[in-house]
Amino acid sequence: MRVGLFVTCLVDLMRPSIGFAAIKLLETAGCEVQVPPTQTCCGQPGYNSGDRASARALAAKLLDEFEACEYVVAPSGSCAGMIRAHYPDLFRDDAYMLGRIERLCARVYELTDFLVNVAGLAAVPGGYSGSITYHDSCSGLRELGVKRQPRALLGRMPGVELREMDECEQCCGFGGTFAVKFGDVSAAIADRKCAAIEATGAGAVVLGDLGCMLNLEGRLRRRGNETVKVLHIAEVLAGAPGVGSR
Amino acid sequence: MHVQSMHFKARAGGALADDVLQANLRKFGASGFALSRAKAVEAYGADDFERLRTAGASIRDRALATLDAYIERFEREAKRRGATVLFAETGAEACERVLEICRRHGVKKAIKSKSMLSEEVGLNDALAAAGVEPVETDLGEYIIQLAGESPSHIIAPAVHKSKDEVADLFAAHHRQARKTDIGEMTREARAVLRGHFVSADLGISGGNFLIAETGSGVIVTNEGNGRMVTTLPRVHLCITGIEKVLPTLEDFAVLLRLLTRSATGQAISNYVSMFTGPRRDGDGDGPEHLYFILVDAGRTNLVGGDLQDMLRCIRCGACMNHCPVYRSVGGHAYGWVYPGPMGAVLTPSYVGLENALELPHAATLCNQCGVVCPVRIPLPELLRKLREQEVEQRLRPQREMLALRAWAWVAQRPWLYALATRWAARVLRVRGGGARRIHRLPGASGWTRSRDFPAPQGATFRDLYRKTRASG
Repeated sequence: MRVGLFVTCLVDLMRPSIGFAAIKLLETAGCEVQVPPTQTCCGQPGYNSGDRASARALAAKLLDEFEACEYVVAPSGSCAGMIRAHYPDLFRDDAYMLGRIERLCARVYELTDFLVNVAGLAAVPGGYSGSITYHDSCSGLRELGVKRQPRALLGRMPGVELREMDECEQCCGFGGTFAVKFGDVSAAIADRKCAAIEATGAGAVVLGDLGCMLNLEGRLRRRGNETVKVLHIAEVLAGAPGVGSR
Repeated sequence: MHVQSMHFKARAGGALADDVLQANLRKFGASGFALSRAKAVEAYGADDFERLRTAGASIRDRALATLDAYIERFEREAKRRGATVLFAETGAEACERVLEICRRHGVKKAIKSKSMLSEEVGLNDALAAAGVEPVETDLGEYIIQLAGESPSHIIAPAVHKSKDEVADLFAAHHRQARKTDIGEMTREARAVLRGHFVSADLGISGGNFLIAETGSGVIVTNEGNGRMVTTLPRVHLCITGIEKVLPTLEDFAVLLRLLTRSATGQAISNYVSMFTGPRRDGDGDGPEHLYFILVDAGRTNLVGGDLQDMLRCIRCGACMNHCPVYRSVGGHAYGWVYPGPMGAVLTPSYVGLENALELPHAATLCNQCGVVCPVRIPLPELLRKLREQEVEQRLRPQREMLALRAWAWVAQRPWLYALATRWAARVLRVRGGGARRIHRLPGASGWTRSRDFPAPQGATFRDLYRKTRASG
């Protein structure tokens, strides 16, 4: 299987180790991974801010870059969801582009969804050991149905003890530009999530979206919590350097 | 009602700083309607409930597709059964219609069961100004009437109040010893309200639904006050939005199943009151006169537009019960009658986008509201449409538009993007220092005021990947 990895702008800028972890997982699953070098952003910031024109331009760019790939995988439910659930809306008035977009959308997956349901990853390479709790990020969960997949993969790691938190499907308060525009409201929402994470006593909160990770890690540390690790599911599954075990 | 929806941010800030409100909201979140709904859906069967939502949405769509025809049918059937049907294009006109009825029947006191539309058009103020005493008889509405406040939730209007606050209000207004037992407080309010029930000349109710084929109005309630409002006084007036029409009673059966489960998690509410015409010979009770006032107040503007789906709304409150923003700041922050996600769509639609610029943005687009909406209103998509309208009408701050366009411009030029992100990753990494986190970030104080910003790892993925390819 030839897979085009959409790294996502946040992983590219903030935490490249997640991108490499994703490559390792895909290769372990027997995929040939391509990383189109000109890729940048999926256009979600513009789309969610009402700037359709810029979202359309970036969607068309992504289409050109990934159209030749057999599959497209992103280590983010938010970006994969943007493509699968919203790109068609951007081109609803352009039958030619819409056709191309729809053919692309059918091949776009969030990482864990792809590993479980398409690639059928047999063995998880990571050796993480410790207790974790899993936060279901909104777009992955509600746009792509990512819920069972990460848990199924974590379930194959003998050292991992999953402790579900209260309201694991509730939003963390990130919401893209919402977190900056309404920072205090966003932090209040994050606070509830942090309290739910802490109540499990787990050593790490694991999730599949970098936006939520930055929000939760930022709020946990500001609350004075220096111990709970905030890890991307790919890092845990792949055993990324620095993630290690406890 | 006075529109304060321009000031969401300031009002939300006030709500976050209000410890009593925060305690009340925590209680609401922990023991509230969301949990009851989940249980009710499970008891009904999750898959069956999904099918019910689809059926409910399509019934509402069918009603809206030929709304004018169903309204005419309703009018014809209601008149045939002796009711009077009036229409009002604006809120002011709705109040005027009500006052005409008050004058015609010499009304001095009007008892009311819950009606969000009457809040929307400011009916209580209009009645009081005309010398008619309005008395709210829904317990929550009664509480906020005593407090001189507006509802903070469409089905639990006083949810922002604690028991202690209500005890103080009752003690001050009822001139009785302060009680703190909820049962005793309720009995006290009930005794006070009984006097109003028997002395009122007019009963004003809202209408959850209007049934076109029978010309009936329906209210769905839990306290029994609605039954008295619609049967005791000699005149009953049902005031509601023109979009509330359902074609048939069969349709109503579907929507009722959805409404009570989505709202409070009940299989059915304690009372479902259906009124068809005034009292006939031989009827045991009922008003001598029955009026319906169907109010537009901006609704027809939504028909046929991007936001038409919003008119499917059956006012259950599930969207706000599940909304992380509503649960953090409560309903008053939204600044008008309708709070939460449905309010963030309705308020700009009814009071003008320019008067509610922040509301469409005051959401994380998490879609909790969308997945629980009993009539499948795609609330996040409607909020996004409103955001698009703000951009099209140049209502967004210039700085924000500049930043967005700059991001998109750079993101379309990969070489420049690579350069900019390489630089940003390095600068932010250095700024993060040994703790690898940033306490203050110029231009993003909204983030860093209450959160750290985790520092990047220092190099971009694209640079590192190119190096591994080159060496490997």
